[in-house]
Amino acid sequence: MLTISRELVDAIVAHAREDHPDEACGVVAGPEGSDRPERFIRMENAERSPTFYRFDSHEQFRVWRDMDDRDEVPVVIYHSHTATEAYPSRTDVSYASEPDAHYVLVSTASEEPQFRSYRILDGVVTEEDVKIVEAYG
Amino acid sequence: MAIEVRIPTILRSYTGGAKAVDATGATLADLIGDLEARHPGLRERLVDDAGLRRFVNVYLNDEDVRFLGGLGTPVADGDTVTVLPAVAGGAR
Repeated sequence: MLTISRELVDAIVAHAREDHPDEACGVVAGPEGSDRPERFIRMENAERSPTFYRFDSHEQFRVWRDMDDRDEVPVVIYHSHTATEAYPSRTDVSYASEPDAHYVLVSTASEEPQFRSYRILDGVVTEEDVKIVEAYG
Repeated sequence: MAIEVRIPTILRSYTGGAKAVDATGATLADLIGDLEARHPGLRERLVDDAGLRRFVNVYLNDEDVRFLGGLGTPVADGDTVTVLPAVAGGAR
């Protein structure tokens, strides 16, 4: 299960809406071992595409090094689908390579955005519940 | 001295859990060959017949090696090589 604050969900959805019809992407970092998303980092979609996203490799290097310095990990890796449902595509699965991350997908295809979360491990997709909290206890 | 290679979580099963390992070589290709000798299986996760796999980013110090000389990029003692999984995907 992904437990995430309302504020972060709103920030992710706002980013997805802002970049629509292109795919938006980013990370929420959290302390290593905590499984708690805390620090919102919107990333550039280097592809600027409605059907594909890729983190810019230089930006990713800086962000990952920064996380490393702070003893953080990418707790959530999110991106949006702008014309299809919030379910991982074959491309998403083939690239998924953070075994501990929650892969969040937001769909901006309809008026009411979908917000769903998955674990993707060795090519196997497992949807998980999302618990939205006002604050972390 | 050697070259420090920083290993992402997904590949640490090849390095006994180590976040960083040492290797030597004159070019990135040599370095990967040396890594393979020390940590068998790693090479295949980094390169295929066409060169660096598109699923990984490899950096020499702060620069993506795709913007340098790819596998032919010269490396030297004291350098740091960082491997990160590329983060990408899409609707299809």
